[in-house]
Amino acid sequence: MDAASLALTFLYYGATLVLVLGLALRIRRYATVPAPLKIPTTPAPTSRTGVVLRMIRELTLFESLFKSNKWIWLFGWMFHFGLLLVLLRHLRYFTDPVWGWVAFLQPYGKYASLMMVIGLLGLWFRRLAVDRVRYISALSDHLMLALLIAIGATGIAMTFAVGTDVVAVKAFFLGLMWFDWQTLPSDPLLYSHLILVALLMLVFPFSKLLHAPGVFFSPTRNQADNPREHRHVSAWALKLEKGNG
Amino acid sequence: MAEQPAFDVPELKPYPVIPKLVEDTMAHSQPFVAKSDFQEPLGFPGELVDDWQDVAVKKMGELTDRYRSLQVFLDSCVKCGACTDKCHYYLGTTDPKNMPVARQDLFRKVYRRYYTFAGKYMPWLVGAEDLTEEVLDDWYKYFHQCSQCRRCSVYCPYGIDTAEISMAAREVMDSIGKGQKYCNEIIGKVHTIGNNLGLPEPALLDTLEGLEEEVEEDTGVAVKFPLDQKGADILLVTPSADFFAEPHVDGLIGYAKVLHEAGLSWTLSSHASEAANFGMFIGSYENMRKVALRIREAALDLGVKRIVFGECGHAWRVAYSFLNTLAGPFDFLDPQYPVPQHICEVTHGLIQDGRLRLDKSQNDDMVLTYHDSCNVARASRMGDVPGGQFEIPRAIIRASCNHFYDMPADTVREATYCCGGGGGLLTDDLIELRVKGALPRMEALQQVVEDHGVTHMAAICAICKSQFAKVLTYYGFQMDQIVSVHQLVSNAIILTGSEQEKEAELSEAA
Repeated sequence: MDAASLALTFLYYGATLVLVLGLALRIRRYATVPAPLKIPTTPAPTSRTGVVLRMIRELTLFESLFKSNKWIWLFGWMFHFGLLLVLLRHLRYFTDPVWGWVAFLQPYGKYASLMMVIGLLGLWFRRLAVDRVRYISALSDHLMLALLIAIGATGIAMTFAVGTDVVAVKAFFLGLMWFDWQTLPSDPLLYSHLILVALLMLVFPFSKLLHAPGVFFSPTRNQADNPREHRHVSAWALKLEKGNG
Repeated sequence: MAEQPAFDVPELKPYPVIPKLVEDTMAHSQPFVAKSDFQEPLGFPGELVDDWQDVAVKKMGELTDRYRSLQVFLDSCVKCGACTDKCHYYLGTTDPKNMPVARQDLFRKVYRRYYTFAGKYMPWLVGAEDLTEEVLDDWYKYFHQCSQCRRCSVYCPYGIDTAEISMAAREVMDSIGKGQKYCNEIIGKVHTIGNNLGLPEPALLDTLEGLEEEVEEDTGVAVKFPLDQKGADILLVTPSADFFAEPHVDGLIGYAKVLHEAGLSWTLSSHASEAANFGMFIGSYENMRKVALRIREAALDLGVKRIVFGECGHAWRVAYSFLNTLAGPFDFLDPQYPVPQHICEVTHGLIQDGRLRLDKSQNDDMVLTYHDSCNVARASRMGDVPGGQFEIPRAIIRASCNHFYDMPADTVREATYCCGGGGGLLTDDLIELRVKGALPRMEALQQVVEDHGVTHMAAICAICKSQFAKVLTYYGFQMDQIVSVHQLVSNAIILTGSEQEKEAELSEAA
């Protein structure tokens, strides 16, 4: 096993650990900080089922964003839906044999990478061209787009242009999973792709990518509109009540 | 125009335009700071404490431990820009710090600096900043340019509500001794006297007697305005502006006529002679709870069976969404009725049951439109189904008037624009902000004036009514073009045994 493969092996263990632990801690925080008041943005569903449907619409159709701005919605949806298909396609590198539905998605997943990068370029164009969005952008907002586009571009290059030894790549990742470490083909494009993905995993729990778990915990979206029917009191408010009420 | 303003009033454009941003156009706008007399009774330091940076940063941490909304919203923003053109203050002032995300970022950059890995070690990368005097100044200015109307939260893909951030920022500022005079003085009055205007019980009684005389003179019917009547069925809690401000008081007369005609027994309370709860504006759960508890105390003391709220926007939010939480459970009230109810729910129910006779032609001198008040629209409900807060007031207006037209769809219902004076900003030291913030609503109004000959705009919020009565004139409208919804009911209702009933019978006979 060469030094580069060994380095990437440890990089991926490290990145996975940071991603999983970092996200778990963050999710635990979101779940345990109380929501003392009912603050759904109304009109809101009055039942749990209604809330689940509202969340599904938000997550799959980006309903609120659609109401807001059709361009951001279009580019944002292209990016996220493209990314979803790309991620699902990549499951083939982690399972042997490849699951049937993953095999079915393979061609769609390949072209979805193009959709993903076009969406990202559209978002970046807006960030640079629209004065309001430029004003609110920090360096990290630009770099995040650059990182995602670089990941997409290196992946697209390997998929559609120069190719790489995907059998060896699969052996490498299965080896990571079963602690039977394997050598990666020495391909600079592949190295770049994998290092950038690891970087994305490392920054995930410390960046705005926390919107992914955050959206599930947003009280304005996940609360049912039923404050008159059900009394909603948080633990600290109850303590306050017992103290002087 | 009533007076020559010291600033340029924006022009009404024929169609809405998203303005180019111009930095610092509102950097001079800030409300008076509360003196120690107004700070200390609420449990806040009288003036800026010496170690204010440390206290503020610590308070920030306490608040993110206390409110999931704040914690999740501070982490989740991706700076997509969806909200940037949604705030009426941005549209009216073009100051970029009035874009919801930029307003949040004033708070978020400090949170990042002290509470996140990236902000601690790489502040330059993520735009994190120390809490300096300049940052605190920006907080004080721009968190008092947010009316907590929640319009941004409708459009945010994560539901981030800038109101939650500005409430938190105001709470942090109160905790270091930099509170806002207008809100804190008013909360003090509620705690000591019972209402925002500091109207003592004898004055209140006098006012109500005056109203009884006025209604009897107009109608020949002895409609009562009871105060502190033990054993009444309904406790009516209404904003104190309803007791004398125009057009609020005409709304109060409307409630009284409706309740009288329906034969319902009701009373006002001198202890809880105020529906508004400014505790929400300053983000203080403790103050909000204390204000809300007066209503529970009054209900228990008077032995009522139901609680009904008058026309007031944010008061209805606190009542509908928070009252059960803050001052419940209300198991001592009649379980057949929701607690609390909105006066519009009561009136609408009576209309549906055919218990009110309304002569729409009495309002034929007006062509109406309706302004959805922000906190009613996006933070509450009326009736059993979502959106009842839009349909019920409109149904009442349609039942009371022949001529009604809605303003453009992107300016009403959940997309409604704030009047420009909500969230604790209805004070003359912020008049420029109030006038400019009203621009989107004024443009929408102008459109229905031109298209349908609308003459009057109805609303169900004391702040909206006061704000419009003031700012309408800056845009070439008349101050009396804002009316109460129950004022329309009051005009149209035919009370049993009234002069109007006799006239109606005569004209029918003829």
